[in-house]
Parts: sequence; structure tokens; C-alpha cells
Amino acid sequence: MITMLRAALAATAVALGGMLASPATYAQAGSAADEIEKYRQALQDGNPAELWEARGEDLWKKPGGPKNASLERCDLGRGPGVVKGAYAELPKFFADAGRVMDLETRLVWCRVNLQGMTEADARRSPFGSPERKSDNEALTAWITSESKGVAMAVSLDHPKMREAYDVGRAIFFFRGGPHDFACSTCHSEDGKRIRLQDLPNLTVKSGAQRGYTTWPAYRVSQGELRTFQWRLNDCFRQQRFPEIEFGSPASIALTTFLAYNANGAPFAAPAIKR
Amino acid sequence: MADPMKIRATLVGDSTEVRVLMSHEMETGQRKDAAGKTVPAWFIQSVTATHNGKTVLSAQWGPAVAKNPFLSFKFKGGAKGDKVQITWTDNRGEKRTDEATIG
Ligand code: HEC
Repeated sequence: MITMLRAALAATAVALGGMLASPATYAQAGSAADEIEKYRQALQDGNPAELWEARGEDLWKKPGGPKNASLERCDLGRGPGVVKGAYAELPKFFADAGRVMDLETRLVWCRVNLQGMTEADARRSPFGSPERKSDNEALTAWITSESKGVAMAVSLDHPKMREAYDVGRAIFFFRGGPHDFACSTCHSEDGKRIRLQDLPNLTVKSGAQRGYTTWPAYRVSQGELRTFQWRLNDCFRQQRFPEIEFGSPASIALTTFLAYNANGAPFAAPAIKR
Repeated sequence: MADPMKIRATLVGDSTEVRVLMSHEMETGQRKDAAGKTVPAWFIQSVTATHNGKTVLSAQWGPAVAKNPFLSFKFKGGAKGDKVQITWTDNRGEKRTDEATIG
């Protein structure tokens, strides 16, 4: 399987410019990684994610939707209107909705139930582009920023949370698609990378912590702030799986699996990535 | 209208350190859209910073500056509570001014 993965990685690299085309290049991963790290450090100063945070705070407080209501009474799990630290405890089972929700699904729920939007409107364009900015990305940026430094504390006490975790774990290791890939194909070994991107080992605590607590992130290469739902969407694409539906039970299950595995680590996003 | 800038101004010793994030597409004029049509150039052309009404920085930019630019600079002087004002103007003539208080 390793050989197959290498071959697949090399093929991707050749297609995209040949940065990982030979084993010799691969052997230099250490020094390249150091240089990439310097680049990342240089980016830390002045993260444009703050522009999304500012817009998100505004969107949260401003009346909107058919009911002309603000989202300030939205219950993110710590009571209506409590934003501080809320993200570090999500996903969570919400009794009013009768299901487990991550932040982005909960925002859809609040926009429907508090602001009177239709489900379809509240779900429309969750991932923005220069032509169409996404309210979801802005709101998520601000709400997650209010958990910066708070230790991840997702609870599996509710049986539905336990179920979501188990389903998420099963999906993580489920192999399929044209390449017979699972998430674990790319994310269960230390020290791997594709092109210049380190592949975190999401099956160990330190890897899950780093991989989860640094999303949402401003993607320099896209000039956009991306959320965890976007991250999953893009990894499904890399895995050559059918597109995962925004806020679907599968996406929430995977998020629960990864968020719980990150427990204990201080939340560190919105971050900035290449 | 363009989104507000995010400005931080802090007194460090005898100078003021200013950090500004601007929300702008900064289109180079080199990119093509999905239909193959060139996306017209659209970028910030000039930036000025004033402290209590006096210009402390004036810059001319081109299309090589990244999207959502970050600008950091220092000027001598300034006191806590003073105002720092930043204005940018882009090649379409659109303009945006925001202000921060030195802390
Ligand atoms: C074909 C390889 C591949 C597969 C399969 C894959 N990913 Fe990824 N994943 C990547 C790459 C490459 C990155 C880094 C992307 C970047 O930085 O641009 C990444 C990044 C991530 C990150 C963020 C890590 C960080 O530190 O920023 C998470 C979380 C993640 N993947 C989860 C998943 C999940 C869940 C699945 C299964 C649905 C999955 N990945 C399947 C290649 C893969």
C-alpha cells in the first residue's frame, strides 16, 4: 500500500510541476520543511482572517433575514448568545434540534429559526469566492476566534455524540473510490507530505490536535478564509470521493471524530496557511 | 463599498508601530476567469497615513501586491490617544479611510 501511495503521490507531483518527482527530492524533505516553516512564520504577522472576523461579528449583531432578527440569541451550546469558548465544545448534541451539530450546521439552524430564512437560503454558498462572499465563513471566523486559547473539550457523554464519533471513525478508515483511498491513507503516518504540504498523522493525539485546532484558516493561495467543512470537502475531493454535502451527518461525524481526538489542546484558529 | 480596514497602532519607545490589514481583491489584470476572459486589473494604487492630520507615510502600489494586503510601518513620535488615519485609493477611483487610536 505504501508503494501505491508513493506512486500516486509522485504522479500528482509530476502533474503539478514535479516538486516531488524523484526519491532524491523526497529525501530532502527535512530541509524543505524547515524552509516552509520559515515561510509560515513570516505569514503569522497580519493574518487577513481578521477581516473575516470583523465582518462576522457585524453579521452576528446586525438584524437580518425575513424576521429582521440578529443572531445574538443563537445558542451555540453554552446558552443563548454565549460565544466565548463555544467552539471548543463543538460538535454537540442539541436537544432543540434533536441531533448532533457542528458550528456551521448550527449557524444554518439559527438563521432558519431566529432569522426566518429558508433552509435552502441559509445553506446557499457556504464557501465564498471573490464574486460572492460567504456569510458562513465570516460568522465562523468570528465565532471560532472567540475560542482562541480555550482547551478543546468535546464531550461524548451523550449517546448520539458517541454514535457520531464511532461513525466518524469508521468513515476515516473506510477505503473506496477509484484509488481505493481512505482518509487514513494520507493521514495515518508521521513525516509524510504531498508537494509542500505536510500530511498530519490524524490518528495520533498530537497530529489530530494540530490538524483540527488550526482550522478555520486564511488560505494565502486562495485569498479566502476556509472553514472545517471546507477542509473536509477538499479532502473528499483529494480522495476522489463523491462531493460531501455541506453539513451532512457524515461531515458532522468526521468532525466529531477529529474534534474529540484534539481534546486538551488549546484552540489556535483562525490560523493562516499557505 | 469595500470592507473596513483593520488598524492597530501601538507606542513602542519613542515611535508608533502601525499595522494595517486592507480588504481588497488586488487583481493583477493577468488572470483569466473560467470563461477564458481576462479579469481586469483592480488594485490599490496609493496609500497614505496621517498622524494628527500630518502625513507620515505615502506609498504608491502596483498589481504585484498580494490580495488583502498587510502593511506594517513605524513613525517617530505619537502619543497614546492620538489618531492615525489610513486612506487607500484604487485604480477604479474607489477610496476608503479608516482610523485607529494609538494605544
Ligand atoms: C490523497 C491524500 C488525502 C486524503 C485521502 C485525505 N487528505 Fe486530508 N489532507 C491532504 C493534504 C494534501 C492536506 C494538506 C493540504 C494543504 O495544506 O493544502 C490535507 C489536510 C487535511 C487536514 C488539515 C490538516 C492541517 O494541519 O491543516 C485535515 C483535518 C484533513 N486533511 C482531514 C482529512 C479527512 C477527514 C480525510 C478523509 C475524508 C482526508 N483528509 C483525506 C491529503 C489527503
